[in-house]
Amino acid sequence: MPAATAKRESGTPSGAIGQSVLERIGNTPLLRLERVGHEFPKIEFAAKAEWFNPGGSVKDRPALSMIQAGLASGALRPGKTIIDATSGNTGIAYAMIGAAMGYPVALCVPDSASHERKRILGAFGAEIIFTPGDEGTDGAIRRVQKIVGAEPEKYFYADQYSNPANWQAHYRGTANEIWEQTAGRITHFVAGLGTSGTFVGATRRLRELNPAIRCISLQPDASFHGLEGWKHMETAIRPAIYDDTLADEDIAVSTEDAYRLVKRIAREEGLLVSPSAAAALAGCFAVAKKIPREQHAVIVTVFADSGAKYLSERFWDEY
Amino acid sequence: MGVKVIIPTPLRVYAGKRDSTEVKAATVGEALGRLTTEFGDLRKHLFTEEGKLRSFVNVYVNDEDIRYLAKENTPTKDGDTISIVPSIAGGSSLVRRCCSRPHA
Repeated sequence: MPAATAKRESGTPSGAIGQSVLERIGNTPLLRLERVGHEFPKIEFAAKAEWFNPGGSVKDRPALSMIQAGLASGALRPGKTIIDATSGNTGIAYAMIGAAMGYPVALCVPDSASHERKRILGAFGAEIIFTPGDEGTDGAIRRVQKIVGAEPEKYFYADQYSNPANWQAHYRGTANEIWEQTAGRITHFVAGLGTSGTFVGATRRLRELNPAIRCISLQPDASFHGLEGWKHMETAIRPAIYDDTLADEDIAVSTEDAYRLVKRIAREEGLLVSPSAAAALAGCFAVAKKIPREQHAVIVTVFADSGAKYLSERFWDEY
Repeated sequence: MGVKVIIPTPLRVYAGKRDSTEVKAATVGEALGRLTTEFGDLRKHLFTEEGKLRSFVNVYVNDEDIRYLAKENTPTKDGDTISIVPSIAGGSSLVRRCCSRPHA
């Protein structure tokens, strides 16, 4: 088959060189963790390295999915501004995708978000509306609802906490990638809850592929925590897309355990990951501890982003 | 009139739903000590088992991050405001903006 034909079929305009940034979203590597889990010799650990998305995090997937769903339904059309509440990574994804597609982006961001993040949003040309840092993402959600309520025609409110296109990104993408990359050998899927999109979407699809896969959700162990992007469901505004009947088990992870593991993952695997990624691995270890010693298992999780945006945090020096 | 301590939203449930309290204290450490004596459930959220402030807990006196002052020995006087802000995604200088805002 001529190359040009093959290119058209994959969605690239005929004759165009390279790929667009949006085409690079998803299909991230599944990284095998070779040393950090040595305590569990019968268990294989692997993580989706989501910082390989062009926006640097897993959030490129739901952001693109929600924007595409908005375009398909007509809710997003020229003249509208994409708006949402975000603690950072989803904002970066919207800002990047909005820039690439020519749509303006406005974001309600807790002002405790890191300096680096705000600079990235600004670089993509997004308008940033700061909300009080001590109210976290919940404060940002309340603000965006007010803004959209006042001028509904001006905005496309992506609403990552309620938009089914969020979890569908993981249903269509993440889960199928994991299935293929493990050749169907995955036995456990473990993921942290924030909007819950990753866990809900991937779990729904993995269960269709093999109902025996155990799916375990993770949460911070308290309402006051340092795990960016994660939510303590009991005390937070509960995302509408969250389905608490899906998980076989829900495990609480402490921020300090995650901090210690960030350093081990860097030194033992050569991977610079975020505290929430390390928390996901801490959750995998908690799952592994309950598996009988002689039993083989393939535990897969999602590393939402790299450690690059967290380098100014104090834990690097304190743990 | 003493030192006002603003309690962040996720911690209010451990502080009788209050958004702030007033304490008599000459240093930040003393103020946080009084706060966690008044509301015992707050202690494990703010401090490690060794009694150190947890890594993601940023404390400000008025607009200044105590990390760049004398940490927990930073002096306080009547009329000062102490803010406790979880550093989700990093403690940047811009965190201060939230703390100078009146909290209803």
